[in-house]
Amino acid sequence: MSVSSPRRSLYFPGCSLMATNRAYDVSTRQVAAALGLELEELDDWNCCGATAYVAINERKSFVLSARNLALAEAQADGNGSELVVSCNGCYIALHKAEKYLAEDASLRQEVRRALQEGGMAYRGQAHVRHFLDVVVNDFGEAAIKGRVRRPLNGVKVAGYPGCQIGRPFGEIDDPEYPKLMERLLGWLGAEPVPFPLASKCCGGMMMTTQPALGRMLTGRILRFACEGGADCLATACPLCQINLEAYQDQVSVAVGADCHIPVLYFTQLMGLAFGLGAEQVALGDNLTSSDKLVAAGPSGAEESP
Amino acid sequence: MRRAVVDGKSRELLDRLCAIPQGRKVKECLQCGTCSASCPTSHAMDYSPREIVAALRAGLIERVLGSNTVWLCTSCYSCTVRCPAGIPFTDVMYELKRLGVERGLNGRDDSTAAMAKAFVNSIDRHGRNHEPEIIRNFYLHTRPWKAVGQMGLAWRLLRRGRLALRAHNIRGLEGLRKMLAAIQDKEAS
Repeated sequence: MSVSSPRRSLYFPGCSLMATNRAYDVSTRQVAAALGLELEELDDWNCCGATAYVAINERKSFVLSARNLALAEAQADGNGSELVVSCNGCYIALHKAEKYLAEDASLRQEVRRALQEGGMAYRGQAHVRHFLDVVVNDFGEAAIKGRVRRPLNGVKVAGYPGCQIGRPFGEIDDPEYPKLMERLLGWLGAEPVPFPLASKCCGGMMMTTQPALGRMLTGRILRFACEGGADCLATACPLCQINLEAYQDQVSVAVGADCHIPVLYFTQLMGLAFGLGAEQVALGDNLTSSDKLVAAGPSGAEESP
Repeated sequence: MRRAVVDGKSRELLDRLCAIPQGRKVKECLQCGTCSASCPTSHAMDYSPREIVAALRAGLIERVLGSNTVWLCTSCYSCTVRCPAGIPFTDVMYELKRLGVERGLNGRDDSTAAMAKAFVNSIDRHGRNHEPEIIRNFYLHTRPWKAVGQMGLAWRLLRRGRLALRAHNIRGLEGLRKMLAAIQDKEAS
C-alpha cells in the first residue's frame, strides 16, 4: 500500500485499553493517524469474549464476539468490514470466533438466532486484523521507513509480541519464532536483540491468581531481556505489558537477578520514531521510566513535518 | 483404550470433550509428552497435560478436575501448535475448566477459577469489564488479606489515571442480555 492512499478501518480498542492500558489505545491511534490510517471506533462495542470468559462459558463468549462482528458489519455498511484490534487477547478471541463460526454451521446458526433475540444480524462478513499485522504487512517497509523522523538509532529492543498473536493459527506470524515485530523495530532504526522468548507466555492472569508462578514466568522474560543487553522490551498486549512492567522489584527478588528494564508498547516506540512527543504516545502512563531512551535514542532529531 | 474400566461418568466427560471442534483427536494421542514439555506451567501442575489424556482414558478425569491442573493453563497455545496428533489441547483445557465449573470441581486451588467468575460477572453486568470491580470481587472471594499487597500498584495506577473508577455500561446492554440468555437456554435444553 502506498503512503498516500487514504485508508479507513474500523477499530476495536477493548476494555483494557480504556483505562489500565490506555497508553496502548492512545499510541495506536496516534501512529495510525501518522500513517494515514483513519481508525473509526466500533460504536458501542462490548467485551471481546476473552480468555477468562471462554473458560466459564464458550458459547456465550461466541455471542459476545459475534455481537462485535455484527456491529462491524453494520457500521461498515458494505464497505469491507475490517476490524482492527491492538490487544492480543481481543484479537484471538474475535478472530477465533470469526473462524469457528465460519467453519461450524450449527454453531453459527445458534449464535445467529441468539443475536436476533437482541435485534441484531450476524452475517459473517467482518474480518479481524491485528494492528501489528496491518502495520507490517499492509503498510510495509517503505511506508514505515518513509515516516520515520527520529530513528531509534542504537536502541536495543527485545521484541516481545507474546503468545496470543502467532498462536494458535500461525496466520500472521510464526507460532514459535515470530518475526513481525522484529522486522518493524528494524525499520524504526532500532536494533532488535535476539529474543527466543518472543512468544513465551507472560503468565497472563497468574500474576494475580498464582503470584509465585507469575513471577517466575515474567522473570524468565525480563531476565533474558536484561542479560541479552536490551535497553527496553516492546510488547503488543496489555496484559503482557502490565505483568512485565508492574512487578519488577518482586520479580527480581523471586528470580535472584536484576529484572529492571523499561517496557513499552511497540506503538509507543513507533510514535517516538515517527517524531511524536512522549506525551502523544502516553509514555507517562508507563510504570517503568523511558527517560533514558527518549534522551539517548532519537539522535540527530529532526522536526516533525 | 479399555472401555470396560471407564465408568459412565467418565465416558460422559470424554464424550463432552470429543464434542468440541476437533475434540475427537484426543483419542489419537500418542502419549509423546510434547504438550507437557511445551507447557510453561506444567512443572507446577499436579498432572501434566500428557497425563490428563492418560487419565481421561483410564476413567480418572474427576481426579484431574480435583487437582490444580486445568486452571494452571494460561491459554498460550504452545501445546496446541506442537501436538503431532493435532489435538486442540488448549480448547480441551477450556472444556475441562467448564466441566469443573459445572460440576463444582474447581480443583484444590480455585483462585484462577474465582478470577474467571469475577470476570464473567462483570461482563454480564456491564457488557464490558470493569477491572477494579473484578479485582475487588476476586480478593473478596479468595484471600481478602492479599489485596493489601496490591495497594501499592493500585496507587501507582491511580496516580497515572489508569484506574477506571466508574464502570461503563454499553448502550445495547438489554439486547446483549437477551442474546446471552438465548444461547444459555439453548444450552440448558
